[in-house]
Amino acid sequence: MKINRELCDVCGTCVSVCPVDAIIVSEFKVDIDNMKCINCLNCLKVCPIKAITEDK
Amino acid sequence: MNIKNRYDVVVIGAGPAGSVAARFAAENGASVLMLERDREPGIPVRCAEGVSHNGIAPFIDIDQRWIASKIDVAKLHSPNGETAIMRNNGTGYVLERRIFDTALCELAAEKGALLVTKADALDLVWENDKIIGVKYKYLGEIRTVKCDIVIGADGVESRVGRWAGIDTSLRLEDIDTCVQYTLAGIDVEKDTCEFYFGKEVSPGGYVWIFPKSDHTANVGIGIAGHLAHEKGPKEFLDEFMQKRFPNATVTYTVYGGVPTAAALKELVKDNVMIVGDAAHQVNPITGGGIVQAMIAARSAGKVAAEAVKQKRFDAKFLKKYTKEWDKTLGDTQKVIFKMKEKFMKLTDERFNGIVDFCQKVPADKFSLKALFTEAVKGDPKLMMDVAKAFVVSKIKLK
Ligand SMILES: Cc1cc2nc3c(=O)[nH]c(=O)nc-3n(C[C@H](O)[C@H](O)[C@H](O)COP(=O)(O)OP(=O)(O)OC[C@H]3O[C@@H](n4cnc5c(N)ncnc54)[C@H](O)[C@@H]3O)c2cc1C
Ligand code: SF4
Ligand code: SF4
Repeated sequence: MKINRELCDVCGTCVSVCPVDAIIVSEFKVDIDNMKCINCLNCLKVCPIKAITEDK
Repeated sequence: MNIKNRYDVVVIGAGPAGSVAARFAAENGASVLMLERDREPGIPVRCAEGVSHNGIAPFIDIDQRWIASKIDVAKLHSPNGETAIMRNNGTGYVLERRIFDTALCELAAEKGALLVTKADALDLVWENDKIIGVKYKYLGEIRTVKCDIVIGADGVESRVGRWAGIDTSLRLEDIDTCVQYTLAGIDVEKDTCEFYFGKEVSPGGYVWIFPKSDHTANVGIGIAGHLAHEKGPKEFLDEFMQKRFPNATVTYTVYGGVPTAAALKELVKDNVMIVGDAAHQVNPITGGGIVQAMIAARSAGKVAAEAVKQKRFDAKFLKKYTKEWDKTLGDTQKVIFKMKEKFMKLTDERFNGIVDFCQKVPADKFSLKALFTEAVKGDPKLMMDVAKAFVVSKIKLK
């Protein structure tokens, strides 16, 4: 999963639906730990600004 | 500011949940540290800022500094363009949350709690399988603080529960993905909240207009997570804007998520309590969470202080908070959650029917109970549940 930092508003919505706690928020940015990620696409579906894409 | 390296209670997050928990823990004798990641409580605002007077009055004296407008009327718009007016049975407000959240923190500080902003909690600290503190980053430096109780009030993006071993992840159906614009240069009625329903406008959710004056308003949308994939909330809201406010200026944009689940079953672990959005303590139909967070946090703060007095930090003792939550709002939220599942499946025809029904009720006779009862018509079991919820709970739906 890849986050477009230009779009991301650091709102944390994606974190709440990640089943494996692979998303980390801090004051200014959000990071996805692709080692933990199981590609369920939940985060991508709920992001209000569609800042997450599949990193193929 | 002198940050010690040990407190009885460390609260993570300084939203309404965190500041109220901190206040009641401190007032009842505990030493309390509150860690907030952002530079100031309340910002960025991720909220439509609507509350009821009766909901917030027990927690804070009403102060014009953080009231934008007073709401007496709700206007419902059906998918077929009909409207119904209902006079609220009790005043509502649209807040200035930035100032409101800070005011709540000031009350916590008066009782002796210490707030540290720009302090990002990174993890819990464990020793012999027991939580003994919190690791956090402050001004670029990693620090630890020891404590007996951690209160996770870290909002929708909560991780404290997960760190403690509670699965807090939401199903896609149980999160509303939201976009909101604060608009200027528009004409609205300062005392009237408006709501739009229907699958063309807002699938599995609604559009709201919460006026902040006669010429400014929070206009936003929440749509159910599982329905947001193809076309997201921004696209829906932009379409709505084209129709209703094509010439408005946007002075502020909010993105965010609202949990619309039943609250977490597991609110405590040994040495840990979870409150507010972090615990999904939000009305699953309205998405209102400010008052819910404060009510839960008051219980959590008091129980934490009692735990400190009795030196009982085990989950069994802390469950007093869970029990009190169930009694005050938790049981009601379970029923509202069932109603929400039903709401999500309502067809546009049913919404038209509901607004039609509302039109026939005199504006001042209107109650949310009547509305919900109409909405669940044809499902006798759920109707009974709704009736029970209203009898059991003395607290009105937001
Ligand atoms: C678009 C939108 C509209 C809404 N409209 C309404 C409404 O009209 N009425 C209503 O009642 N509710 C509304 N809500 C819901 C309401 O905003 C929340 O329920 C309420 O803010 C919950 O309070 P809280 O204290 O639990 O969480 P928050 O207010 O989110 O506070 C959590 C705090 O924790 C901090 N934090 C998180 N992680 C960490 C960490 N690791 N370390 C340090 N700090 C951390 C965050 O920075 C934040 O300040 C809305 C929500 C959204 C998204
Ligand atoms: S795709 Fe799924 S597992 Fe991966 S980060 Fe997103 S929500 Fe988490
Ligand atoms: S949901 Fe989207 S905008 Fe919000 S933090 Fe995640 S990636 Fe950023």
